[in-house]
Amino acid sequence: MTQWIDACAKDDVAEEDVIRFDHAGRTFAIYRSPDDKFYATDGLCTHEKIHLADGLVMDNIIECPKHNGRFDYTTGVAKGAPVCVNLKTYPIKLEGTRVFINIA
Amino acid sequence: MVIVGGGMAAARACINLRANDYAGTITLVSEETLLPYDRPPLSKASIVDEAAHAPVLLLDDSIVASLKVDLRLGHPATAINRADQSITLSDGSTIAYAKLLLATGAKPRKLNCPGGEHALTLRDHKDTVVLRQKFGPGKKIVVIGGGFIGLELASSASKLGCTVTLIEAQPRILMRGVPEAIAKIVHDAHVAAGVTMIIGTGISHITESAVHLTDGRIIAADTVIAGIGASPEIKLAADAGLAIENGIACNAQMQTSDPNIYAAGDCASFPHQQMEGKRIRLEAWRSAQEQAATAAVNMLGGDKAHTNVPWFWSDQYDLSLQIAGSAELGPNTITRIPAEGALVLFHMADDGTIKGVSGIGLGNSIGRDVKIAEILIAKSTRPSPEILADASQPLRALLKG
Repeated sequence: MTQWIDACAKDDVAEEDVIRFDHAGRTFAIYRSPDDKFYATDGLCTHEKIHLADGLVMDNIIECPKHNGRFDYTTGVAKGAPVCVNLKTYPIKLEGTRVFINIA
Repeated sequence: MVIVGGGMAAARACINLRANDYAGTITLVSEETLLPYDRPPLSKASIVDEAAHAPVLLLDDSIVASLKVDLRLGHPATAINRADQSITLSDGSTIAYAKLLLATGAKPRKLNCPGGEHALTLRDHKDTVVLRQKFGPGKKIVVIGGGFIGLELASSASKLGCTVTLIEAQPRILMRGVPEAIAKIVHDAHVAAGVTMIIGTGISHITESAVHLTDGRIIAADTVIAGIGASPEIKLAADAGLAIENGIACNAQMQTSDPNIYAAGDCASFPHQQMEGKRIRLEAWRSAQEQAATAAVNMLGGDKAHTNVPWFWSDQYDLSLQIAGSAELGPNTITRIPAEGALVLFHMADDGTIKGVSGIGLGNSIGRDVKIAEILIAKSTRPSPEILADASQPLRALLKG
Protein backbone atom coordinates (compact mmCIF):
# COMPACT_ATOMS: atom_id res chain seq x y z
CA MET A 1 0.00 0.00 0.00
CA THR A 2 1.25 3.43 -0.85
CA GLN A 3 0.77 6.15 1.68
CA TRP A 4 2.44 9.41 0.74
CA ILE A 5 2.58 11.83 3.66
CA ASP A 6 3.48 15.50 3.33
CA ALA A 7 6.44 15.64 5.72
CA CYS A 8 8.01 19.06 5.36
CA ALA A 9 9.10 21.81 3.02
CA LYS A 10 12.33 21.32 1.13
CA ASP A 11 13.69 24.43 2.81
CA ASP A 12 13.05 22.95 6.27
CA VAL A 13 16.11 20.74 5.76
CA ALA A 14 19.47 22.39 5.19
CA GLU A 15 21.88 20.79 2.78
CA GLU A 16 23.83 17.94 4.43
CA ASP A 17 21.48 17.96 7.38
CA VAL A 18 18.61 16.06 8.96
CA ILE A 19 15.29 16.84 10.66
CA ARG A 20 12.82 14.84 12.68
CA PHE A 21 9.33 14.04 11.37
CA ASP A 22 6.65 12.45 13.53
CA HIS A 23 3.49 10.88 12.12
CA ALA A 24 0.80 8.69 13.66
CA GLY A 25 2.88 7.62 16.60
CA ARG A 26 5.95 6.88 14.49
CA THR A 27 9.09 8.93 14.16
CA PHE A 28 11.30 9.39 11.13
CA ALA A 29 14.43 11.24 10.06
CA ILE A 30 14.47 13.16 6.79
CA TYR A 31 17.83 13.94 5.22
CA ARG A 32 19.08 16.27 2.53
CA SER A 33 22.36 15.08 1.03
CA PRO A 34 25.25 17.28 -0.13
CA ASP A 35 24.14 16.66 -3.75
CA ASP A 36 20.65 17.96 -2.84
CA LYS A 37 18.72 14.70 -2.78
CA PHE A 38 16.21 13.81 -0.06
CA TYR A 39 16.07 10.56 1.92
CA ALA A 40 14.06 9.19 4.85
CA THR A 41 14.76 6.54 7.48
CA ASP A 42 13.32 5.40 10.76
CA GLY A 43 14.06 8.08 13.33
CA LEU A 44 15.62 5.95 16.03
CA CYS A 45 19.07 4.42 16.04
CA THR A 46 18.94 0.61 16.03
CA HIS A 47 21.44 0.52 18.89
CA GLU A 48 19.76 2.28 21.80
CA LYS A 49 16.74 3.98 20.23
CA ILE A 50 18.22 7.47 20.21
CA HIS A 51 16.80 9.96 17.71
CA LEU A 52 19.10 10.36 14.74
CA ALA A 53 17.80 13.83 13.91
CA ASP A 54 20.12 15.13 16.65
CA GLY A 55 23.07 13.50 14.93
CA LEU A 56 25.59 14.76 12.42
CA VAL A 57 25.25 14.24 8.66
CA MET A 58 28.52 13.83 6.79
CA ASP A 59 28.23 13.00 3.09
CA ASN A 60 25.91 9.95 2.99
CA ILE A 61 26.45 9.07 6.64
CA ILE A 62 24.32 9.89 9.67
CA GLU A 63 26.08 9.44 13.00
CA CYS A 64 24.02 8.86 16.13
CA PRO A 65 24.61 11.62 18.71
CA LYS A 66 24.76 9.19 21.62
CA HIS A 67 27.29 6.46 20.89
CA ASN A 68 28.49 7.27 17.37
CA GLY A 69 26.64 4.49 15.56
CA ARG A 70 26.83 5.18 11.81
CA PHE A 71 24.45 4.47 8.97
CA ASP A 72 24.39 5.21 5.28
CA TYR A 73 21.07 7.04 5.26
CA THR A 74 20.63 6.54 1.51
CA THR A 75 20.48 2.75 1.98
CA GLY A 76 20.00 2.30 5.75
CA VAL A 77 23.09 0.09 5.94
CA ALA A 78 24.81 0.04 9.36
CA LYS A 79 28.44 1.07 8.99
CA GLY A 80 30.08 -0.68 11.91
CA ALA A 81 30.41 -0.57 15.68
CA PRO A 82 28.36 -0.17 17.75
CA VAL A 83 25.50 -0.66 15.30
CA CYS A 84 24.95 -3.86 13.40
CA VAL A 85 21.23 -3.71 12.57
CA ASN A 86 20.36 -1.75 9.45
CA LEU A 87 18.00 1.20 9.49
CA LYS A 88 14.72 1.00 7.59
CA THR A 89 14.49 3.48 4.72
CA TYR A 90 11.40 5.00 3.09
CA PRO A 91 10.76 6.36 -0.41
CA ILE A 92 10.67 10.11 -0.87
CA LYS A 93 9.04 12.17 -3.58
CA LEU A 94 9.21 15.90 -4.16
CA GLU A 95 6.24 17.96 -5.32
CA GLY A 96 6.86 21.65 -5.75
CA THR A 97 8.40 22.88 -2.54
CA ARG A 98 7.15 19.93 -0.47
CA VAL A 99 8.78 16.64 0.59
CA PHE A 100 6.56 13.54 0.76
CA ILE A 101 7.47 10.30 2.49
CA ASN A 102 5.90 6.92 1.77
CA ILE A 103 5.56 5.30 5.17
CA ALA A 104 3.47 2.32 4.17
CA MET B 1 45.11 -15.81 16.53
CA VAL B 2 44.28 -16.01 20.22
CA ILE B 3 42.34 -13.33 22.10
CA VAL B 4 42.14 -13.19 25.89
CA GLY B 5 39.20 -11.21 27.28
CA GLY B 6 35.43 -11.05 27.47
CA GLY B 7 34.56 -7.45 26.76
CA MET B 8 34.33 -4.95 23.95
CA ALA B 9 37.96 -5.08 22.82
CA ALA B 10 37.92 -8.88 22.61
CA ALA B 11 34.67 -8.91 20.64
CA ARG B 12 35.77 -6.19 18.23
CA ALA B 13 39.09 -7.92 17.64
CA CYS B 14 37.26 -11.07 16.45
CA ILE B 15 35.06 -8.99 14.15
CA ASN B 16 37.93 -6.92 12.81
CA LEU B 17 40.23 -9.85 12.14
CA ARG B 18 37.54 -11.30 9.87
CA ALA B 19 36.73 -7.91 8.38
CA ASN B 20 40.39 -7.73 7.36
CA ASP B 21 40.04 -11.05 5.52
CA TYR B 22 41.83 -13.22 8.03
CA ALA B 23 40.72 -16.80 7.33
CA GLY B 24 42.67 -18.78 9.94
CA THR B 25 41.60 -19.79 13.43
CA ILE B 26 40.49 -17.33 16.08
CA THR B 27 40.33 -18.62 19.66
CA LEU B 28 38.63 -16.49 22.30
CA VAL B 29 39.58 -17.21 25.91
CA SER B 30 37.52 -15.66 28.70
CA GLU B 31 37.36 -16.37 32.39
CA GLU B 32 33.65 -15.58 32.28
CA THR B 33 31.17 -18.18 31.10
CA LEU B 34 29.21 -15.57 29.13
CA LEU B 35 30.01 -14.61 25.57
CA PRO B 36 31.57 -11.12 25.36
CA TYR B 37 28.95 -8.58 26.37
CA ASP B 38 28.52 -4.84 26.53
CA ARG B 39 29.58 -3.35 29.86
CA PRO B 40 28.26 0.24 29.88
CA PRO B 41 24.68 -0.94 30.67
CA LEU B 42 25.90 -2.76 33.79
CA SER B 43 25.73 0.40 35.91
CA LYS B 44 22.63 1.78 34.20
CA ALA B 45 19.95 0.03 32.12
CA SER B 46 20.84 -3.47 33.35
CA ILE B 47 19.99 -2.31 36.87
CA VAL B 48 17.02 0.00 36.43
CA ASP B 49 15.28 -1.41 33.37
CA GLU B 50 13.72 -4.82 33.80
CA ALA B 51 13.63 -5.32 30.04
CA ALA B 52 17.43 -4.87 29.97
CA HIS B 53 18.35 -7.31 32.73
CA ALA B 54 19.93 -9.83 30.38
CA PRO B 55 23.47 -9.07 29.25
CA VAL B 56 23.76 -7.45 25.82
CA LEU B 57 25.95 -9.91 23.94
CA LEU B 58 28.49 -8.35 21.60
CA LEU B 59 29.05 -11.70 19.95
CA ASP B 60 25.98 -13.90 20.07
CA ASP B 61 25.88 -17.52 18.93
CA SER B 62 25.03 -16.61 15.35
CA ILE B 63 27.87 -14.06 15.11
CA VAL B 64 30.30 -16.54 16.69
CA ALA B 65 29.24 -19.13 14.13
CA SER B 66 29.52 -16.77 11.18
CA LEU B 67 32.92 -15.49 12.33
CA LYS B 68 34.07 -19.05 13.12
CA VAL B 69 35.42 -18.19 16.57
CA ASP B 70 36.58 -21.07 18.80
CA LEU B 71 35.33 -20.32 22.29
CA ARG B 72 37.13 -21.25 25.49
CA LEU B 73 34.83 -19.75 28.09
CA GLY B 74 35.00 -20.15 31.84
CA HIS B 75 38.70 -20.97 31.94
CA PRO B 76 40.98 -18.01 32.61
CA ALA B 77 44.37 -17.93 30.95
CA THR B 78 46.94 -18.52 33.68
CA ALA B 79 50.23 -18.12 31.82
CA ILE B 80 51.77 -16.95 28.58
CA ASN B 81 54.63 -19.14 27.41
CA ARG B 82 56.40 -16.72 25.12
CA ALA B 83 59.21 -19.08 24.13
CA ASP B 84 56.88 -21.56 22.46
CA GLN B 85 54.09 -19.03 21.70
CA SER B 86 51.31 -20.60 23.70
CA ILE B 87 49.05 -19.80 26.61
CA THR B 88 48.01 -22.08 29.45
CA LEU B 89 44.45 -22.10 30.76
CA SER B 90 43.25 -22.87 34.27
CA ASP B 91 42.21 -26.37 33.21
CA GLY B 92 45.84 -27.08 32.24
CA SER B 93 45.25 -27.04 28.50
CA THR B 94 47.48 -24.98 26.22
CA ILE B 95 46.67 -23.05 23.06
CA ALA B 96 49.33 -22.07 20.55
CA TYR B 97 49.28 -18.61 19.01
CA ALA B 98 50.92 -16.88 16.11
CA LYS B 99 49.70 -13.54 17.49
CA LEU B 100 48.10 -13.01 20.88
CA LEU B 101 45.82 -10.14 21.91
CA LEU B 102 45.45 -9.29 25.57
CA ALA B 103 42.11 -7.59 26.20
CA THR B 104 41.95 -8.32 29.89
CA GLY B 105 40.35 -5.05 30.95
CA ALA B 106 40.59 -3.40 34.34
CA LYS B 107 39.44 -4.47 37.76
CA PRO B 108 37.87 -2.25 40.43
CA ARG B 109 40.21 -0.92 43.08
CA LYS B 110 39.47 -2.18 46.56
CA LEU B 111 39.01 0.13 49.52
CA ASN B 112 41.95 -0.23 51.84
CA CYS B 113 40.30 1.21 54.95
CA PRO B 114 39.32 -1.14 57.79
CA GLY B 115 36.14 -2.96 56.80
CA GLY B 116 36.76 -2.22 53.13
CA GLU B 117 35.78 -5.80 52.35
CA HIS B 118 32.15 -4.88 53.10
CA ALA B 119 32.04 -2.69 50.01
CA LEU B 120 30.70 -4.20 46.78
CA THR B 121 32.27 -3.34 43.44
CA LEU B 122 31.07 -3.50 39.86
CA ARG B 123 32.96 -5.10 37.05
CA ASP B 124 30.91 -7.82 35.43
CA HIS B 125 27.36 -8.96 34.92
CA LYS B 126 27.41 -11.08 38.08
CA ASP B 127 28.13 -7.93 40.09
CA THR B 128 25.18 -6.19 38.44
CA VAL B 129 22.86 -9.03 39.41
CA VAL B 130 24.02 -8.69 43.04
CA LEU B 131 23.55 -4.91 43.05
CA ARG B 132 20.09 -5.18 41.50
CA GLN B 133 18.99 -7.35 44.40
CA LYS B 134 20.33 -4.84 46.92
CA PHE B 135 18.53 -1.85 45.36
CA GLY B 136 14.90 -1.07 46.11
CA PRO B 137 12.60 1.53 47.64
CA GLY B 138 13.93 2.81 50.97
CA LYS B 139 17.17 0.83 50.86
CA LYS B 140 20.07 2.79 52.28
CA ILE B 141 22.84 2.74 49.70
CA VAL B 142 26.19 4.42 50.33
CA VAL B 143 28.38 4.91 47.28
CA ILE B 144 32.04 5.65 47.90
CA GLY B 145 33.68 7.52 45.04
CA GLY B 146 32.46 10.36 42.83
CA GLY B 147 33.81 9.05 39.55
CA PHE B 148 31.68 7.76 36.69
CA ILE B 149 30.90 4.30 38.08
CA GLY B 150 29.99 5.69 41.50
CA LEU B 151 27.81 8.44 40.03
CA GLU B 152 26.07 6.15 37.57
CA LEU B 153 25.32 3.65 40.33
CA ALA B 154 24.06 6.47 42.57
CA SER B 155 21.78 7.57 39.71
CA SER B 156 20.49 4.02 39.20
CA ALA B 157 19.94 3.44 42.95
CA SER B 158 18.13 6.75 43.21
CA LYS B 159 15.88 5.89 40.24
CA LEU B 160 14.91 2.66 42.05
CA GLY B 161 13.84 4.61 45.13
CA CYS B 162 16.87 3.96 47.33
CA THR B 163 18.07 6.49 49.89
CA VAL B 164 21.47 7.27 48.43
CA THR B 165 24.53 8.89 49.95
CA LEU B 166 27.59 9.50 47.81
CA ILE B 167 30.95 10.15 49.47
CA GLU B 168 33.89 11.69 47.65
CA ALA B 169 37.22 12.41 49.34
CA GLN B 170 38.34 14.97 46.75
CA PRO B 171 37.12 18.61 46.84
CA ARG B 172 34.60 17.84 44.09
CA ILE B 173 33.25 14.94 42.03
CA LEU B 174 34.82 13.96 38.69
CA MET B 175 38.18 15.55 39.52
CA ARG B 176 39.89 13.45 36.88
CA GLY B 177 39.25 14.68 33.38
CA VAL B 178 36.00 16.60 33.81
CA PRO B 179 35.94 20.42 34.02
CA GLU B 180 34.51 21.90 37.19
CA ALA B 181 31.58 23.65 35.51
CA ILE B 182 30.38 20.36 34.05
CA ALA B 183 30.99 18.41 37.25
CA LYS B 184 28.81 21.00 39.01
CA ILE B 185 25.86 20.28 36.70
CA VAL B 186 26.25 16.57 37.45
CA HIS B 187 26.53 17.29 41.18
CA ASP B 188 23.38 19.44 41.13
CA ALA B 189 21.45 16.72 39.25
CA HIS B 190 22.28 14.25 41.99
CA VAL B 191 21.22 16.70 44.69
CA ALA B 192 17.98 17.39 42.80
CA ALA B 193 17.32 13.65 42.67
CA GLY B 194 17.64 13.48 46.45
CA VAL B 195 21.13 12.00 46.69
CA THR B 196 23.07 13.22 49.74
CA MET B 197 26.44 14.34 48.43
CA ILE B 198 29.26 14.35 50.99
CA ILE B 199 32.27 15.92 49.35
CA GLY B 200 35.83 16.38 50.62
CA THR B 201 35.48 13.81 53.37
CA GLY B 202 37.36 10.56 53.73
CA ILE B 203 36.34 7.18 55.08
CA SER B 204 37.59 6.08 58.48
CA HIS B 205 36.19 2.57 58.50
CA ILE B 206 33.23 0.50 57.39
CA THR B 207 31.11 -1.91 59.37
CA GLU B 208 28.38 -4.25 58.24
CA SER B 209 25.77 -1.57 58.74
CA ALA B 210 27.47 1.81 58.43
CA VAL B 211 30.20 3.92 56.90
CA HIS B 212 32.23 5.93 59.40
CA LEU B 213 33.67 9.15 58.04
CA THR B 214 36.93 10.79 59.06
CA ASP B 215 34.98 13.73 60.50
CA GLY B 216 33.15 11.40 62.89
CA ARG B 217 29.86 11.20 61.02
CA ILE B 218 28.28 7.77 60.72
CA ILE B 219 26.19 6.98 57.64
CA ALA B 220 23.86 4.00 58.03
CA ALA B 221 24.04 1.63 55.09
CA ASP B 222 22.22 -1.48 53.96
CA THR B 223 24.74 -1.73 51.13
CA VAL B 224 28.10 -0.03 50.57
CA ILE B 225 29.52 0.23 47.06
CA ALA B 226 33.04 1.33 46.19
CA GLY B 227 33.61 3.07 42.86
CA ILE B 228 37.10 4.36 43.42
CA GLY B 229 38.64 3.65 40.08
CA ALA B 230 40.05 0.65 38.31
CA SER B 231 43.49 -0.78 37.81
CA PRO B 232 44.55 -2.46 34.59
CA GLU B 233 44.51 -6.26 34.62
CA ILE B 234 48.20 -6.86 33.93
CA LYS B 235 49.04 -10.00 35.86
CA LEU B 236 49.23 -12.33 32.88
CA ALA B 237 51.43 -9.86 31.00
CA ALA B 238 53.64 -9.00 33.96
CA ASP B 239 54.20 -12.67 34.85
CA ALA B 240 55.31 -13.23 31.26
CA GLY B 241 57.85 -10.42 31.55
CA LEU B 242 56.12 -7.96 29.23
CA ALA B 243 56.83 -4.27 29.81
CA ILE B 244 54.31 -2.64 32.15
CA GLU B 245 53.77 1.08 32.44
CA ASN B 246 50.37 2.13 33.78
CA GLY B 247 48.99 -0.94 32.05
CA ILE B 248 50.46 -3.30 29.49
CA ALA B 249 52.90 -1.02 27.71
CA CYS B 250 52.30 -0.89 23.95
CA ASN B 251 53.68 1.17 21.12
CA ALA B 252 51.32 3.25 18.98
CA GLN B 253 50.54 0.09 16.99
CA MET B 254 49.11 -1.52 20.17
CA GLN B 255 52.00 -4.00 20.15
CA THR B 256 53.54 -4.96 23.49
CA SER B 257 57.26 -5.41 24.17
CA ASP B 258 56.85 -8.89 22.62
CA PRO B 259 56.23 -8.41 18.88
CA ASN B 260 53.82 -11.35 18.80
CA ILE B 261 51.65 -10.00 21.60
CA TYR B 262 49.25 -7.05 21.34
CA ALA B 263 46.98 -5.41 23.89
CA ALA B 264 43.80 -3.33 23.59
CA GLY B 265 41.23 -1.68 25.83
CA ASP B 266 41.38 -0.79 29.52
CA CYS B 267 44.48 -2.94 30.15
CA ALA B 268 46.69 -1.23 27.54
CA SER B 269 48.74 1.97 27.60
CA PHE B 270 50.24 3.53 24.49
CA PRO B 271 51.81 6.80 23.33
CA HIS B 272 49.19 9.03 21.73
CA GLN B 273 50.01 11.49 18.99
CA GLN B 274 47.13 13.83 19.94
CA MET B 275 48.48 13.91 23.50
CA GLU B 276 51.87 15.10 22.25
CA GLY B 277 53.19 11.55 22.39
CA LYS B 278 52.33 11.10 26.06
CA ARG B 279 51.57 7.55 27.17
CA ILE B 280 47.89 7.19 28.02
CA ARG B 281 45.54 4.44 29.09
CA LEU B 282 41.85 4.82 28.35
CA GLU B 283 39.03 3.17 30.22
CA ALA B 284 36.46 3.88 27.57
CA TRP B 285 34.06 1.92 25.47
CA ARG B 286 34.73 3.44 22.07
CA SER B 287 38.49 3.45 22.68
CA ALA B 288 38.34 -0.28 23.35
CA GLN B 289 36.62 -0.79 19.99
CA GLU B 290 39.09 1.41 18.14
CA GLN B 291 42.19 -0.06 19.76
CA ALA B 292 40.99 -3.57 18.96
CA ALA B 293 40.51 -2.50 15.34
CA THR B 294 44.04 -1.10 15.22
CA ALA B 295 45.48 -4.20 16.88
CA ALA B 296 43.65 -6.51 14.46
CA VAL B 297 45.13 -4.74 11.43
CA ASN B 298 48.63 -4.94 12.91
CA MET B 299 48.29 -8.56 14.05
CA LEU B 300 47.75 -9.34 10.37
CA GLY B 301 50.97 -7.61 9.39
CA GLY B 302 49.84 -4.00 9.18
CA ASP B 303 51.64 -0.99 10.58
CA LYS B 304 48.81 1.27 11.66
CA ALA B 305 49.42 3.79 14.43
CA HIS B 306 46.53 4.39 16.79
CA THR B 307 45.62 8.06 16.55
CA ASN B 308 41.88 8.16 17.27
CA VAL B 309 40.77 11.08 19.40
CA PRO B 310 39.75 9.68 22.81
CA TRP B 311 36.00 10.01 23.42
CA PHE B 312 33.75 8.85 26.17
CA TRP B 313 30.32 9.37 27.58
CA SER B 314 28.32 8.93 30.75
CA ASP B 315 24.55 8.96 31.28
CA GLN B 316 23.10 9.97 34.63
CA TYR B 317 19.41 10.73 35.13
CA ASP B 318 18.38 12.53 31.93
CA LEU B 319 21.82 14.04 31.48
CA SER B 320 24.26 12.95 28.84
CA LEU B 321 27.92 13.86 29.21
CA GLN B 322 30.51 13.53 26.45
CA ILE B 323 34.18 14.38 26.43
CA ALA B 324 36.64 14.15 23.54
CA GLY B 325 40.34 14.93 23.27
CA SER B 326 42.16 16.47 26.19
CA ALA B 327 41.09 19.32 28.47
CA GLU B 328 44.58 19.26 29.96
CA LEU B 329 46.27 20.32 26.71
CA GLY B 330 43.82 23.19 26.20
CA PRO B 331 44.06 25.59 29.14
CA ASN B 332 41.90 28.28 27.52
CA THR B 333 38.17 27.61 27.67
CA ILE B 334 35.49 28.77 25.25
CA THR B 335 31.92 28.28 26.44
CA ARG B 336 28.91 27.48 24.25
CA ILE B 337 25.37 27.04 25.54
CA PRO B 338 23.53 25.05 22.86
CA ALA B 339 20.31 24.65 24.85
CA GLU B 340 18.88 25.47 28.24
CA GLY B 341 20.72 23.49 30.89
CA ALA B 342 23.32 22.33 28.39
CA LEU B 343 26.95 23.36 28.33
CA VAL B 344 29.77 22.72 25.88
CA LEU B 345 33.33 23.76 26.74
CA PHE B 346 36.07 23.89 24.13
CA HIS B 347 39.60 23.48 25.44
CA MET B 348 41.99 25.60 23.38
CA ALA B 349 45.78 25.67 23.33
CA ASP B 350 47.57 29.03 23.50
CA ASP B 351 48.07 29.01 19.72
CA GLY B 352 44.30 28.69 19.17
CA THR B 353 44.31 24.97 18.32
CA ILE B 354 41.35 23.06 19.67
CA LYS B 355 42.54 20.21 21.94
CA GLY B 356 39.47 19.01 23.75
CA VAL B 357 35.74 19.37 24.23
CA SER B 358 33.52 18.63 27.21
CA GLY B 359 29.74 18.74 26.95
CA ILE B 360 26.73 18.01 29.08
CA GLY B 361 23.02 18.41 28.47
CA LEU B 362 19.63 16.79 28.55
CA GLY B 363 19.05 13.96 26.10
CA ASN B 364 20.94 14.42 22.85
CA SER B 365 21.45 18.17 23.09
CA ILE B 366 25.24 18.17 22.89
CA GLY B 367 26.13 15.12 20.80
CA ARG B 368 26.37 16.93 17.49
CA ASP B 369 28.50 19.80 18.80
CA VAL B 370 30.87 17.39 20.55
CA LYS B 371 31.15 15.32 17.36
CA ILE B 372 32.03 18.34 15.24
CA ALA B 373 34.58 19.43 17.84
CA GLU B 374 36.08 15.95 17.78
CA ILE B 375 36.58 16.21 14.01
CA LEU B 376 38.23 19.61 14.50
CA ILE B 377 40.49 18.18 17.24
CA ALA B 378 41.54 15.31 14.99
CA LYS B 379 42.51 17.81 12.29
CA SER B 380 44.30 20.11 14.80
CA THR B 381 42.44 23.12 13.46
CA ARG B 382 42.16 26.61 14.90
CA PRO B 383 38.42 27.23 14.70
CA SER B 384 36.89 30.69 15.03
CA PRO B 385 36.37 31.41 18.74
CA GLU B 386 33.38 33.60 17.81
CA ILE B 387 31.53 30.74 16.11
CA LEU B 388 32.44 28.29 18.89
CA ALA B 389 30.98 30.64 21.50
CA ASP B 390 27.83 31.61 19.58
CA ALA B 391 25.16 28.91 19.78
CA SER B 392 23.12 30.67 17.10
CA GLN B 393 25.84 29.82 14.59
CA PRO B 394 25.98 26.11 13.70
CA LEU B 395 29.39 24.57 14.24
CA ARG B 396 29.02 22.72 10.97
CA ALA B 397 30.36 25.80 9.19
CA LEU B 398 33.73 25.13 10.84
CA LEU B 399 34.05 21.82 9.02
CA LYS B 400 34.24 23.53 5.65
CA GLY B 401 37.47 24.92 4.41
